[in-house]
Amino acid sequence: MLLIQCPYCGERPEPEFVYGGQAHIARPQPSAELSDQEWTNFLYRRNNTRGAHAERWRHTHGCGRFFNALRDTTTDHFLATYKLSEPPPRPPAESAE
Amino acid sequence: MRDLTQARRGPLLKPGALVKTLPPATRFILRGGPAVRAAAEQALALEVPASPCRAALDGERAALWLGPDEWLLLASEGSAASRAPALSAALQALPHSLVDISHRQIALAVEGPAAETLLAAGCPLDLDARAFPIGMCTRTVLGKAEIVLWRTGTEAFRIEVWRSFAGYLCAFLAEAAHGIG
Amino acid sequence: MTQGFRTVSGGRIDRARVLRFSFDGHAYAGVAGDTLASALLANGVHLLGRSFKYHRPRGLLAAGSEEPSALVAVRRDAARYTPNLRATQVELYEGLEAHSQNRWPSLALDFGAVNDLLSPFIPAGFYYKTFMWPRRAWRWLYEPRIRAAAGLGRAPTQPDPDRYASRYAHCDVLVVGAGPAGLAAAAAAVGAGARVILCDEQNELGGSLLSDSSRAAPVIDGRPAARWLDDTLADLAARQVTLLPRTTAFGYFPHNLVALNERLTDHLAIPAALAPRERQWQVRAREVVLATGAIERPLVFPGNDRPGIMLAAAARTWLNRYGVLPGTRAVVVTASDAAYEAALDLQQAGLAIAMIAEVRDAVPAGLADLTRAAGIPVLTGATVLGTSGRRRVQAIRLARIRHGAVSEPKTLRCDLVLMSGGFTPSVHLFSQSRGTLAWDDAVQAFLPAVLAERARSAGACRGVFELARVRSDGAAAGAAAAREATAPGREGVCPAGALGRSVAAAAAGSAEELAGARGFAGALPQPQRARGKAFVDWQNDVTTRDLALATREGFRSIEHIKRYTTTGMATDQGKTSNLNALGVVSGTLGKAIPDMGLTTFRMPYTPVTFGSFAGSARGDLFDPVRTTPMHSWAVKNGAVFEDVGLWKRARHFPCPGEDLHRAVNRECLTVRNACGIFDASTLGKIEVVGKDAVTFMNRLYTNAWSSLAVGRCRYGVLLRDDGFVYDDGVVARMAEDRFHVTTTTGGAPRVLALMEDYLQTEWPDLGVWLTSTTEQWAVIAVQGPTARPVLESLVDIDMSAAAMPHMSVAVGHICGVPMRLFRVSFSGELGFEVNVPADFGAAVWEAISEAGQAHGITPYGTETMHVLRAEKGYIIVGQDTDGTVTPEDAGLGWAIGKNKPDFLGKRSLQRPAMTSADRRQLVGLLTVDPATVLDEGAQVMLEPAAPVPTRPIGHVTSSYYSATLGRSIALALIGGGRSRSGQTLYVPMPQGDVPVQVASPVFYDPKGERLNA
Repeated sequence: MLLIQCPYCGERPEPEFVYGGQAHIARPQPSAELSDQEWTNFLYRRNNTRGAHAERWRHTHGCGRFFNALRDTTTDHFLATYKLSEPPPRPPAESAE
Repeated sequence: MRDLTQARRGPLLKPGALVKTLPPATRFILRGGPAVRAAAEQALALEVPASPCRAALDGERAALWLGPDEWLLLASEGSAASRAPALSAALQALPHSLVDISHRQIALAVEGPAAETLLAAGCPLDLDARAFPIGMCTRTVLGKAEIVLWRTGTEAFRIEVWRSFAGYLCAFLAEAAHGIG
Repeated sequence: MTQGFRTVSGGRIDRARVLRFSFDGHAYAGVAGDTLASALLANGVHLLGRSFKYHRPRGLLAAGSEEPSALVAVRRDAARYTPNLRATQVELYEGLEAHSQNRWPSLALDFGAVNDLLSPFIPAGFYYKTFMWPRRAWRWLYEPRIRAAAGLGRAPTQPDPDRYASRYAHCDVLVVGAGPAGLAAAAAAVGAGARVILCDEQNELGGSLLSDSSRAAPVIDGRPAARWLDDTLADLAARQVTLLPRTTAFGYFPHNLVALNERLTDHLAIPAALAPRERQWQVRAREVVLATGAIERPLVFPGNDRPGIMLAAAARTWLNRYGVLPGTRAVVVTASDAAYEAALDLQQAGLAIAMIAEVRDAVPAGLADLTRAAGIPVLTGATVLGTSGRRRVQAIRLARIRHGAVSEPKTLRCDLVLMSGGFTPSVHLFSQSRGTLAWDDAVQAFLPAVLAERARSAGACRGVFELARVRSDGAAAGAAAAREATAPGREGVCPAGALGRSVAAAAAGSAEELAGARGFAGALPQPQRARGKAFVDWQNDVTTRDLALATREGFRSIEHIKRYTTTGMATDQGKTSNLNALGVVSGTLGKAIPDMGLTTFRMPYTPVTFGSFAGSARGDLFDPVRTTPMHSWAVKNGAVFEDVGLWKRARHFPCPGEDLHRAVNRECLTVRNACGIFDASTLGKIEVVGKDAVTFMNRLYTNAWSSLAVGRCRYGVLLRDDGFVYDDGVVARMAEDRFHVTTTTGGAPRVLALMEDYLQTEWPDLGVWLTSTTEQWAVIAVQGPTARPVLESLVDIDMSAAAMPHMSVAVGHICGVPMRLFRVSFSGELGFEVNVPADFGAAVWEAISEAGQAHGITPYGTETMHVLRAEKGYIIVGQDTDGTVTPEDAGLGWAIGKNKPDFLGKRSLQRPAMTSADRRQLVGLLTVDPATVLDEGAQVMLEPAAPVPTRPIGHVTSSYYSATLGRSIALALIGGGRSRSGQTLYVPMPQGDVPVQVASPVFYDPKGERLNA
């Protein structure tokens, strides 16, 4: 049971949260130029990072807000959590691979 | 035509030790930005907390922060009716959402010296008064149900739970009472 | 019933309180404070079990939770039967009934012992090598036989009747282990103002202090250790430290979550009726102090597993804590100083010490004086060539050995052999925390080196052994933990900062201390062609020969050797065997131990009852059982329920004598001909409110919402961005800025989550908010040609077809209760759905039922609802769709707003694969024989009796008998289905291939005339 820093509520236990997959994937505006491949990449292509991974969480059983987190996938330690409106912090050099 | 306005029936509950059901209440979920919060505060003459996870109580009325743009407004049935139109009017010009959820959930009180321990059987939060002081409220989980937990006293909590989960929750707490010794 | 080996005084037992118990049906007596193990030893019983593979007689190796051999079953009644308990951890109570395991017909005469004679034929990897052919035989012949022959205790056959509690706890400092280090840590931490929890697996807190002798009792703070212990515990309790004896910290999880198992009633003769048997704690600690001590290592020599051969520290515990003499004449074999203390303690208690065989070449000076004074002969540079004795050791063969050359061999008679190979620090929890261990040359052990969590190790578990140093190490750890836990600048409960931090070195021990504890790892040196089994892992019966074989067969990594030989893989997790196995392999491969690496420790530290993990989540509390406001009425009126997600829904309302089929036929016909009433409260409901509500709905659902007038409803289809149907439901526009959205029963939470996801992450600029109103409204569907007159008498609004056409909504009152009235139909008949605040649901339902009597109303359940909707070809998402169905596939192309610039899934629907003509499309199927009802899920074939393997072209998604049509109907997803109208296909069923004809999925009232009545 991880302990996750909700940017609104503070540190809270994992059962209150739902994982939301990789962060910073903007839904492309459909347009004539958007190829099938580009759309497929948006739908299905995800990183499988070893180290600092930017990902979404939702404090579902708390304030209900989505937020982003930088988690080290090798240790499960969170390097940072931040609101959707905030830019991702730079991961510490030693955990970025 | 028959009049059923007095025919309310809440869920049948068998609360165990330390737990009791609270009377029906009027409840609204208010959503909106800071201007909505301020307007509501004025219209209700009741603090609508801006601080996370805090509840404001005034007699039989309360406002609970549930999210950065979400509040649970609670009032005893009698005290609510007079204020609702004023609130609607005050919010009219502002983008907001006000939804009546009076019947969506019911309230339980958990009271006694062992209240913290009882809740700790299924709630993963730190309920020590230093971490969860009087006036703190939040959505969280208790067993396999989602609840809103509000500390109303040193040894008193109020739980708001969706009505179909209330039976489970009472049974869970009755079972947990065997394990608090 | 005599306790012939009980001392007259001393120990932490109460000789006045005699407790009777039985072992394998024999009656014995022990005393309060005993464990099963100590009580049996007091009665001279050393044979406690048979080994796992060779069925060798086994006794007690250890006195604590590391005991690998003496596994017993304790029986309270038929259901309360617990196998594989360590006899050393079973506290004695009046009437305790214990049984040995893994023997037949009896412990003394065990036929399985033939395996010991056959052992040359069953080496490591035997199963993999032997039972290879024929391959299929593994499942039905070899594995069942092997499982029956091997294994330890048998599982209880009845459901566990006991109660298990659970608790989340939070503290500043969790101290694991209440020996001298842990006690010092807890005292220091609470002294610094921290919230402290102190747990220990033993029934008494005190750790090694509980086994100290009166001969050389340590003095702490000017008091005898026992007094100091009592004072300290009283002090900790007074300062609100949570003291948890009988509580094993069995798992260390990320972010300083430690799982504890507290045993509450297993030590009681008659547990209170409702008391939980165990409590599982999940402790979130800001800082953890691990004071888990060290475990003495056995020595590895031929015949080292006979009953009566035990660890020296265990013998000390039997004597000093339990007042038991574990024998009469002992030989001590040792590579560490601790065994000398045991020898001297036992000698003073009256036991004869025949000899101390010292593995090292010299005896430390101080100890040499003591042994000389005590008159105990010492053989240095010694090894053990073997032992004898069938059910108890009777003699030991010792010799000096140098470079494989044996000298001075001698055979000594004895009934007790004490051994000590030094101490292995218990780093299990530290390793579980993913901390890195490093080999320490001074201590000759793996010690905590790099942290992954906010944990500190103190005392023997990090190689600090001398009592005064242990205590100061513990105190320093406790104080530092408290300081960091309560530091004003600390960033929350669990900052990640500990990660990668190196463990602070302990104050260096004296050379004597380290030399004394260092000991020996591996097998004692033997001459060429040594005989007899030298055990490394007692519980899995792994010998030096198995390890040697593994290396001969090419295994090099200790991880592989572990898995091949199963060393260290038993329930004891190799507590007594891991380092010796490393030592043996290191010797064979000529590679230093630190270069071999160490296998990972995993939870649980000791086995944990399944019930403790389940807690209260069983039976009625396994999951919440959700019921609707009208549930009581349905129960009273004989409804049969089905589970739909967590909900209980009335499936049908049988009249006396009716089965499901007849009840559903009657309900269906009543709805078609008169009227039915149905509880639809479980449907998900979401209030979408805000100035941008319509924009939001347009972006989300396929439909065009701008054209939906206030007061009107529309069937909405929701796709995911991959273009597949995700949910559906009727959406009503209550106001310009307010929609009442309904979802499927099962889809309610996930639809709301998906809406929130897009709203918060993609369109945060939209002024719209979502509120779940699923449970705010009780929903009463009234469906059928007489629905209107039933309701008209109760409501205050105009329900005429002109005022309320199909797919409209009105706000009014029913019997004075506020209502949202929908004119919608999932049955194909004229229909209404009455939404009232939930607490009024039951009363309004009763009023409608009553009013409906004159109009032939019947309650109906979900089964009838399914038949009625299938007759109309209405899909159920999740039944007729499966996550690969597009709206076009499902025949819902009409619900797509063609002119909308975008909605979820729109772009995906343009991909070529999504528009291909041979996609599986929803069609109706009519069996040629109208009485045959197809199986849902059955495959659909082009040809009858197609040779296997063959490719189905589709499958049946819904299938019912329709009383209205007097025949069976089915819906199916068929490749290119809509172009196959009229074609005959075949559905393989148990009775053979059933011919079916492809038809329209709308079987009833295709023009919808009844709907618009």
